[in-house]
Amino acid sequence: MTAVTMLVNGKSVTADVEPRTLLVQFIRDHQQLTGTHVGCDTSQCGACVVHVDGKAIKSCTTLALSCDGAQVTTIEGVGTETDLHPMQAAFREHHGLQCGFCTPGMIMTSIDIVRRKGTNLDEATIRAELEGNICRCTGYHNIVKAVAAGAQAMGATTKQAAE
Amino acid sequence: MSTSGIGQSVRRVEDIRFITGNGNYTDDISRPGQTYAFFVRSPHAHATIKSINTKTAAAAPGVVGILTGKELAADKIGGLICGWMIHSKDGSPMKAGAHPALAVDKVRYVGDHVAVVIAETLNQARDAAELVEVEYDVHAATVDTATAAKPGQPQVHAEAPNNTVYNWHIGEKDATDAAFAKAAHVTKIDLINNRLVPNAMEPRAAIGDYDRGTGTYTLFTTSQNPHVARLVLSAFIGIAPENKLRVIAPDVGGGFGSKIFIYAEETVCIWASKKVRRPVKWVCDRTEAFLCDAHGRDHVTHAEAAIDASGKITGVRVKTTANLGAYLSTFASSVPTYLYAPLLSGQYNIPNIYCEVDGVYTNTAPVDAYRGAGRPEATFVIERLVEVAARELGRDPAEFRMHNFITTFPHQTPVIMAYDTGDYGASMKMALDMADYKGFAARKAASAKAGKLRGVGFSAYIEACGIAPSKAVGSLGAGVGLWESAEVRVNPVGTVEVLTGSHSHGQGHETTFAQLVSHRLGIPIEQVTIVHGDTDKVQMGMGTYGSRSGAVGMSAIQKALEKVIKKATTVAAAVMEVPEDTIDFNDGIFEARGTNKKMAFGEVALQAYVAHKFDSEKIEPGLKEGAFYDPKNFTFPSGVHIAEVEIDPETGITKVEKWTAVDDFGTLINPMIVEGQVHGGIAQGIGQAMLEGTVYDKSGQLVTASFMDYCMPRAHDLPSFNVGMTTTPCTTNPLGIKGCGEAGAIAAPAALINAITNALGHENIAMPATPQAVWQAAKSSPHKIAAE
Ligand code: FES
Ligand code: FES
Repeated sequence: MTAVTMLVNGKSVTADVEPRTLLVQFIRDHQQLTGTHVGCDTSQCGACVVHVDGKAIKSCTTLALSCDGAQVTTIEGVGTETDLHPMQAAFREHHGLQCGFCTPGMIMTSIDIVRRKGTNLDEATIRAELEGNICRCTGYHNIVKAVAAGAQAMGATTKQAAE
Repeated sequence: MSTSGIGQSVRRVEDIRFITGNGNYTDDISRPGQTYAFFVRSPHAHATIKSINTKTAAAAPGVVGILTGKELAADKIGGLICGWMIHSKDGSPMKAGAHPALAVDKVRYVGDHVAVVIAETLNQARDAAELVEVEYDVHAATVDTATAAKPGQPQVHAEAPNNTVYNWHIGEKDATDAAFAKAAHVTKIDLINNRLVPNAMEPRAAIGDYDRGTGTYTLFTTSQNPHVARLVLSAFIGIAPENKLRVIAPDVGGGFGSKIFIYAEETVCIWASKKVRRPVKWVCDRTEAFLCDAHGRDHVTHAEAAIDASGKITGVRVKTTANLGAYLSTFASSVPTYLYAPLLSGQYNIPNIYCEVDGVYTNTAPVDAYRGAGRPEATFVIERLVEVAARELGRDPAEFRMHNFITTFPHQTPVIMAYDTGDYGASMKMALDMADYKGFAARKAASAKAGKLRGVGFSAYIEACGIAPSKAVGSLGAGVGLWESAEVRVNPVGTVEVLTGSHSHGQGHETTFAQLVSHRLGIPIEQVTIVHGDTDKVQMGMGTYGSRSGAVGMSAIQKALEKVIKKATTVAAAVMEVPEDTIDFNDGIFEARGTNKKMAFGEVALQAYVAHKFDSEKIEPGLKEGAFYDPKNFTFPSGVHIAEVEIDPETGITKVEKWTAVDDFGTLINPMIVEGQVHGGIAQGIGQAMLEGTVYDKSGQLVTASFMDYCMPRAHDLPSFNVGMTTTPCTTNPLGIKGCGEAGAIAAPAALINAITNALGHENIAMPATPQAVWQAAKSSPHKIAAE
């Protein structure tokens, strides 16, 4: 067992873990944050995407120990039911989810796309950037719409905050 | 009308929990003291188990128990069942071998269940599973669908000689042969409907939990139909009587058919929880899902159409071999028979149809219903056949279809189905407009100039949904009735809970069902809660599959709502002291005609519970009603999909340029949700046609057992979709709903292959039409050769 400490959704947490513990296991089993999902465990589907030090990564293929000292944000940390993140709100408004299983990963990836590509995203960019996230339900049509709208809304919020 | 009623694109009630990470899927649930199960699976496709040695494994750290087929048999736990009896042409019942949840003497596919290791942690269970020593006597495997029934193939089950489960048929052979004898033209095609892995994004999972105090079992599981799971686990497998067995299917992350079935793993978890006296949790990993979830499709078909001099189709003759896998899964036998051949009439007036289906065992994973279940296979046959016929006759494929469309309803096909209503021409015309079919020739020419091959393809599909009238399916061999149940519980302040036997795993029932209640009772949608997925709350139900929840599940709710309104009217009449027949109920108000007396729905509910103002000898207090709804007929959604593709002959890459879908689903409750269902279905259909192929090698190893080897549709593989609707309400259910869940997956493969073959200028390509396959096929394209 090895001790590991992380800042998860702004809260400092420490645990003794087996060295082979994956970040997703640390998040789900040790922190009881079950919004992060496992859809494949081979880094293909993106259901497990979280942000580590501000960047999207796949927590199913990351060792918890490699994140010692890192800041981790999960879906539970981006917004709440009464104070949704603009990307969360856009997924609901544009019906970008059906069973909801891929959704946390989709939202975490989408927020990262905005970080890297800005708030004006065209369809081709969004489709290319969603390469690492699989949804079996929606056919992506409404996810693409949601990401575009969520990105715009994120732009509007930052602009407002700056003014 | 309220803004949350029928026909409004109400934003989904369930979304809040999913977008904030507060969903409650089976793997999110932990029971106090739970242990973890890991299955020892067969690495061989076909072998006799000589011995299982668990000694070393049992001594490994954290191991709580190791169980095999021997203990299962000793506890008299029955095998898994197939719930639909099919009879062969000669009248004999299908020939099925046993399907134990843990193998006893033989393993029959890679991934077959040999033992379960239960430990304190998942890693300990996994580590110990490696130490279980199994000695196998390995046999040659039968893998190939087309040759499985040939004499001399390795035999999967002794009970089924030549691996043949049944030789089934439907239709009039002699009349159909006579139509072919008289035909002016005969079109013949050979097709493979490729095997698919459903791959819902949430892998299957189960927690078995036995309560020693009460002797009650609870199973949390990823099920589309928890009541059917309880029925099978209780009545057939013999875990416990129904009153001692609770099945909970919480949030379920997609199903597409694969979560209908009662599998080995949940059976073992619930049984084992009593044996190890601790809750037992199992979560499937993705490769296990590839190996063991029931697969879909896998047909080899020869089909022929007889056409008269005027271009009318006079007969269709089909011979299909359907791979059922190594064991018969829960509904496996019905999918390539009654869910398939009765759809071979498509949207066409075809007087003679004859279809033969051989169901065969192979040493591969069981094959059962996957989105569309039989109907995509039928649509692929008839829509490829019609398209090729039009090409051979030099007729425009849209015009040729319209020439053969059924135009008067009701229409009785020669293969069971009686279509109640539809307007196929209307969908075709709208689709042609939306797709700008007129402009296609110009676009094709522009592509040709750029060295590309452009093609357009049609699929005018029909499906039979809302499965199904219980008596009718009973006469065809179904082991269950296919009604649905609902209970409407009105609380004293007028809020409402609806308990439904349907199960939502992406379909948005918590929203659409609440819309119906809001609409009918005239109360805001926020005052309505939909309860599903728990056999202790909902008494009985048949679950969600076959696009049945709108047509059957909501009809049951509608029926219960009418009873609630009737009872509330009685109460209101007593309280207002007016005759019952003078009361009208509109927009949530009970109003006595010709008086100024009225009461809101909530006030009546309160009076029903307070029970001060009526004679409770005559009127029972309370306001709660239940209903069972048995459908009168299948429903027949239909539509036209048009695919337009551009192929780069140098790379073989096919770009789906444009997708037009015009569907007739009858009454729409929530158009936003309906369109979402269409999108998802098309994506799976495009996946089947272009990307997804399941490959077993000759020894029966599954070569495509991860997302790295099995190509799932991703965002950049797909276009945005153009979706339109026409409406002819279903005439056989009270709401006019036909169902929409499977349409896209049914329509899309034929449209896409018709487009690709149109672009290529020849018919010689199979699904999945991967870039490599298209590149090969493009070499012999007359269009490409002409351009060079
Ligand atoms: S679970 Fe991490 S990518 Fe699929
Ligand atoms: S919403 Fe079900 S997998 Fe994306």
